Amino acid sequence: MTSLKLYPAKPDKVYFFGTCLIDMFYPEAGLDAIRLLEREGIEVLFPDDQTCCGQPAYTSGYHDETRAVAEAQLDLFPEPWPIIVPSGSCGGMMRTHYPPLFAGTSREEQARQVAERIFELTEFLVHVCHVRLADKGDAQRVAMHTSCSARREMGLADTGPALLDQLESVTLVEQARAAECCGFGGTFAVRHPEVSAAMVEDKTQAIEAAGAEHFVTSDCGCLMNIAGRFEHQKRPVRGEHIASYLWRRTS
Amino acid sequence: MSVQTYTPQAFHRQAHDALGNPQIRANFRQAMDGLMTKRRDSFGDWDVEALRDLGASIRLRALAKLPDLLEQLEANCQANGIQVHWAQDGDEACRLIRELCEARDAKRVIKGKSMVSEEMHLNAHLEEAGIEALESDLGEYLVQLNEQTPSHIIMPAIHLNTDEISDLMHAKTGTDKTRDVDYLTAAARQQLRERFMNADVGVSGVNFAVAETGTLCLVENEGNGRMTTTVPPVHIAVTGIEKVVEHLHDVPPLYALLTRSATGQHVTTYFNMISGPRKPEEHDGPREVHLVLVDNGRSSIYQDDELLDTLRCIRCGACMNHCPVYTRVGGHTYGTTYPGPIGSILMPHLQGLEATQDLPSASSLCGACGEVCPVRIPIPDLLVRLRKEAVGEGRGNVEGAGVKRNRKEVLAWKGWQWLATHPGAWRASTSVAGKFRALTPSKLGPWTQYRTAPKPASTPLHVLVKRHRQVNRQEGES
Repeated sequence: MTSLKLYPAKPDKVYFFGTCLIDMFYPEAGLDAIRLLEREGIEVLFPDDQTCCGQPAYTSGYHDETRAVAEAQLDLFPEPWPIIVPSGSCGGMMRTHYPPLFAGTSREEQARQVAERIFELTEFLVHVCHVRLADKGDAQRVAMHTSCSARREMGLADTGPALLDQLESVTLVEQARAAECCGFGGTFAVRHPEVSAAMVEDKTQAIEAAGAEHFVTSDCGCLMNIAGRFEHQKRPVRGEHIASYLWRRTS
Repeated sequence: MSVQTYTPQAFHRQAHDALGNPQIRANFRQAMDGLMTKRRDSFGDWDVEALRDLGASIRLRALAKLPDLLEQLEANCQANGIQVHWAQDGDEACRLIRELCEARDAKRVIKGKSMVSEEMHLNAHLEEAGIEALESDLGEYLVQLNEQTPSHIIMPAIHLNTDEISDLMHAKTGTDKTRDVDYLTAAARQQLRERFMNADVGVSGVNFAVAETGTLCLVENEGNGRMTTTVPPVHIAVTGIEKVVEHLHDVPPLYALLTRSATGQHVTTYFNMISGPRKPEEHDGPREVHLVLVDNGRSSIYQDDELLDTLRCIRCGACMNHCPVYTRVGGHTYGTTYPGPIGSILMPHLQGLEATQDLPSASSLCGACGEVCPVRIPIPDLLVRLRKEAVGEGRGNVEGAGVKRNRKEVLAWKGWQWLATHPGAWRASTSVAGKFRALTPSKLGPWTQYRTAPKPASTPLHVLVKRHRQVNRQEGES
């Protein structure tokens, strides 16, 4: 069960953990997230030595390797600032799984303290920054895919849609079975490719059937999966990380 | 239709077949959509999370006291005139039941729905001994007619639609071909009625065994459970040892959770509380009641403080109803008695990880199962735990632990570990990947069969951030 989270007042500074997928495949989304935070008057600290939260190895069962990688991240956030993660999946890993991963080790307390300071980006923008967005874009019908980790592990089904709701010219459409997994699941997509494909096919069909011209998500795993399927099928719907979408329409 | 055998070893092939079968896809999608809606609506304005907390705490308390409660259950059942038998595994349970039948010269067994009896392959065992075992739950009856196994723990024939059922009953029992569900149900009811009257022994499962009163609770909708447990002269109840609860007042919350989670019902049509054989002054009911308590791997699960949570299960099936994988591949694909998420965390203990190694990975870890589980089993965490056992990094106490460990994969993860703990090398590698992005292969195995390949960005985030900092600094200076 997700524990009740008490949101702090808006801080002067935050740490930003960009995630490995964003670093390598969607860097603009990371930069846009930083810009959104900076616009709220927050100084964003980006620890240069960050690499990966460890989740791919964790869900594959390689917990010794995960612990080594996670341990290397723990020292990156020495000050008590919140740690913003533009991904429900990596955020969920760090918030939910770090403490048990280090249980009984000398890092236990540090892991717990880091976990408590983890905030997913949309969560932080809504609940801590109380952000107000002024839409400058054209009318568009958009679907939001909230990742399963954001929705279930972090309990954040509403924060992405709440941000999109603030965009005046955007119509947020809801696809059928919006809460259903897109089929990514990290190594699941590789270990069970056909099942994963059936899931993403249904997801793309649902997004199209809802009349969406565009979709956004707060997780780059889902983005890679859903957008990759649309593109493979030569469908016109395109997707992007919610940070990029918000920044593009409000800057 | 020919008999088809499904095995967990052939999960991938079976999934491939199921995914390519539009009938299977449609039957499961439609049924699971309906069940999810019914569940959601059934809780009304109840605080479902509080009820799940209560359900979890009742089950955890029962498990914490399991050895004592089992002894108490045995004593109280015996005091009620129920004869109690213990079976170490499925074979011993089968043998016990067969011997009970043989000692009474019983040739015809009628069965209420029991997943434990499926788990131990009771029907096949009895038939080998020349004892007929007939399923009386409608779904189980159809599955048996079709020479199949259940594809769902609550709705065994959910993989069949009305047309298929009509064809099956026509072929096997001579009923008319029709889509009239009432006609088909009435026909099956008629066929079964006679068999109840002539049965020598009734075999049923148990939903809750109440330790403090020695009562066996049986939840059902068709009345076949009541017939099975009251009409034949002998009733044999068979259940896993984890089904015990401490108090009678533990039952209503679990029952409320079970029916809502399973079928979205507020109550089932029948709720049977069996507390002993026919008393001298009574005119009906069985003359003998037996309880067979089956371990079959459960006490080994019980030894592990994490895996123990598997035993909380009250067999509602909500995890499969909400599972996006189960919904697409159906129950038979798993090749195990219990399919779907609960099967993937339970079957490795019953059949070992060597046979079931593809089951814990057959989940995107989306968490839908854990979200609806009425007793809050942390199913995704247990799936991860079993993956850990499979690759040999767990506690090593699950049979077949380490079976998936192979040098290539270990090497890959060790390489990843090295890179992710050497930030300079990590940064260099993402930059290099970006520089040579044009060389990124457009075919990346299974991924690109269905999706385009992602291309590394020309400039990774850590470089963009460096530039961004410079711009900020210059702006700050000017």
